[in-house]
Amino acid sequence: MSEITIQDIIKPENLVYEKTKLMTDNALSYCPGCGHGTAHRLIMEVIEELGQENDTIGVAPVGCSVLAYEFMNVDMQEAAHGRAPAVATAIKRLWPGKVVYTYQGDGDLAAIGTAETIHACNRGENIVIIFINNGIYGMTGGQMAPTTLPGMKTSTSPYGRDVQSMGNPLKITELVSALPGTYYVTRQSVHTPAAVRKAKRAIKKAFQNQLDCKPGLSFVEIVSNCNSGWKMEPVQSNIWMEENMFPFYELGDIKVDGSLLAK
Amino acid sequence: MAELRLMKGNEALAEAAIRTGVDGYFGYPITPQSEVIEYLMAEKPFERTGMIVLQAESEVASINMLYGGGGTGKKVMTSSSSPGISLMQEGLSYMAGAEIPCVVANIVRGGPGLGDIQPAQSDYFQAVKGGGHGDYHLPVLAPASVQEMSDFVPVAFDLAFKYRTPVLIISDGLIGQMMEKVELFEQMPRLTDEEINERYPWATNGKPAGEERRILTSLYLDPHKLEKNNFKLQEKYRNIEADEVNYELIDCDDAEYIIVAYGSSSRISQKTIKLARAEGIKVGLLRPITLWPFPKNPIDDLVKKGVKGFLSVEMSAGQMVEDVRLTVRERTKVEHFGRYGGVIHSPEEVLEALKTKIVGG
Ligand SMILES: Cc1ncc(C[n+]2csc(CCOP(=O)(O)OP(=O)(O)O)c2C)c(N)n1
Ligand code: SF4
Ligand SMILES: [Mg+2]
Repeated sequence: MSEITIQDIIKPENLVYEKTKLMTDNALSYCPGCGHGTAHRLIMEVIEELGQENDTIGVAPVGCSVLAYEFMNVDMQEAAHGRAPAVATAIKRLWPGKVVYTYQGDGDLAAIGTAETIHACNRGENIVIIFINNGIYGMTGGQMAPTTLPGMKTSTSPYGRDVQSMGNPLKITELVSALPGTYYVTRQSVHTPAAVRKAKRAIKKAFQNQLDCKPGLSFVEIVSNCNSGWKMEPVQSNIWMEENMFPFYELGDIKVDGSLLAK
Repeated sequence: MAELRLMKGNEALAEAAIRTGVDGYFGYPITPQSEVIEYLMAEKPFERTGMIVLQAESEVASINMLYGGGGTGKKVMTSSSSPGISLMQEGLSYMAGAEIPCVVANIVRGGPGLGDIQPAQSDYFQAVKGGGHGDYHLPVLAPASVQEMSDFVPVAFDLAFKYRTPVLIISDGLIGQMMEKVELFEQMPRLTDEEINERYPWATNGKPAGEERRILTSLYLDPHKLEKNNFKLQEKYRNIEADEVNYELIDCDDAEYIIVAYGSSSRISQKTIKLARAEGIKVGLLRPITLWPFPKNPIDDLVKKGVKGFLSVEMSAGQMVEDVRLTVRERTKVEHFGRYGGVIHSPEEVLEALKTKIVGG
C-alpha cells in the first residue's frame, strides 16, 4: 500500500471547519489567549451566515480592538473613543436597509462613551452593540475601568479598587436593559467551546433582530479576559474570570423580545 | 421664478440645507442658533426631500453622527454656537484625518467659557488654525448677510465633497438672528444611493460584491505612514489655498487705507467707509469670504500698490489681525480695532479708530 500524504487528506469531504472569508488573513494584533479575536470571528461568521457581507457597516472603537477593521472584512469606520453609538446611529438612519453594528470595550462604552451608549439605546436605534467587558483598559496598559471589580488591582488601582474612593463597578448592561429602547440584552462569554456556541447564537439573534426591523437596539455583552492587563497566563485568566467576573457579571439573557426576564 | 422671503439668518441656513439636498441634520440646541433645528423640525423635511433631522444628546454626539453619516457618502450637516463648537473639535480632527466631508455652521457668541449669547467673532483662531489636535485646516466660509447664509450652504457642500473635508460656515449671532430679504435657490435633488456609490468609491456603506472593503480611519500606528497621510493632507491644503480663496473688494481702487473685516463687522465697516469718504479719507474694504484659505494675494497686491495702512476690524480682541500682519510683513502699518465679549462696535467707533490708529497714528 502506498503511503497517505497530507494532500490525500485535504479534500472537500473531509472538511470540518473553515475560517469565514469575512475574517481577513491579517495576523491578529491581540495577545495570545485574549477573547477579542474569538468575538471578532463570531460576528463575522454570523454576518456571513446571514448573507449580509455586502450590506454591513461596522464601527470600531478606541481600545485594543481599534484595529478591528484590519480583521473584519466588511466596510468599517474607526470612531473616536466612546462615540461609536453616535456614529452608528447616523449610518443606520441614513441607510436603514443596511446592517450596522458597533464593537466596543468597557472603557469605550461604559466610561467615556456612556452618554452615547445610553442615548442610542434609549432612542431604540436599530443597531447591534457588541460590548467586550474585560474589566480593564487593555490598550493603554491595564488601568482601572468602570467595570473593574472591587479590590481588583490595576495600574491605577495598584492596591485594589477601593469602592469608597474609586466608585463601584458599573453594570451598564443591566442599566441599558431598563431602557424602553433596548429589544434584546444579553451577557455571554467566549472562554470555552460551549460558551462560544452560546455567544454565537446570541450574536446571531441580535443581528437577526436588526434584519427583522425589531423595535429597538440589540446589546450583547461578552465578559472576556485580558490576560496581559490582569497579569496572568491565559488559562489562569479564564479560571480567574469564572471565579470572579461571572459571579458579579452573571451570564445569560437579561431582556428578550423587548421584555425583561424574571430573575 | 426666484422665491423671495423675509427670514432670519438661521432660518435661511436651515431652508438652504433642505434645498441643497442635505441627507441628514444632527444638532443640539444652543443660543443664538436654536432656530436652525427648530425650523427644520417644523418644516418636516423628510416629507419634502427625505432629509432626516435628529436632535442629538450633545454636540459630541452630533459631530460623531456627522462622522458616521459623512463617511457613508451622505450630505450631513450640523450647526451650533461657540461652546458647542468647542465640544466638536475632537470629532472635526478625526474627520480631517479620515477625510470625511460635512458642513458645520458656527453662529458665534461671546466667550471665553459660557460667555454670553451676543454676537462675536472670537472663534476665528479656532476656526482657521485647525481647532482640534493635529496638523489640519478646514475651509471656512464667512457669510455677511442672510442671503449668504443661504447661498453658502451649497458652496460649502461642494467644497466638502471636492476635497473630502469638513467645511465651516462661521457667522455670528447678529447675522443668525437678523431678518433680511432672501432670494431662495431652487430645490436640488438629494443624491440617490446609486449616485453616491458612483461618485464616492471611498464611502463605507456596504462593500460592493467582488470588491475590497472600505475603511475610514485616522489611525496610522507606523509614524512613517502617518507622515505620509499628513503629506497627502498638506498637499490638499495647498490646493485649496491655490484654488479656493474668495473675497470681496469694496472701494479699494483709489483707497489709501484698507479696512479688513468679515461677516457682521464688514457690514458695519461699509458704513464707516461712507463716513470716512465724506470727510475725505480714502478708505476701502477687503472682506475675506474664505477666512481659510486667507486672501493673502489681494492684501499683498494692495501693499504693493502703496496702501498706507490696514485696520483689521473684528468683534474680537484681535485674531484675524495676525493673518493680516503675516501677509503685510511690516511693509506698512497694521492695527486692530474691535469691541468684543458680545459688544458690537459702531461705524463711528471704527472711524475714530481708523483716524487715531492708522491715518493719524
Ligand atoms: C479621548 C481619548 N481619551 C483617552 C484615550 C486613551 N485610551 C485609548 S484606549 C483606552 C481605554 C480602552 O479600554 P477599553 O475600552 O476597555 O478597551 P480594551 O483595550 O480593554 O479592549 C483609553 C483610555 C483616547 N484614545 N482618547
Ligand atoms: S491587552 Fe488585554 S484586551 Fe488587549 S489584546 Fe492583550 S489581552 Fe486582549
Ligand atoms: Mg477593557
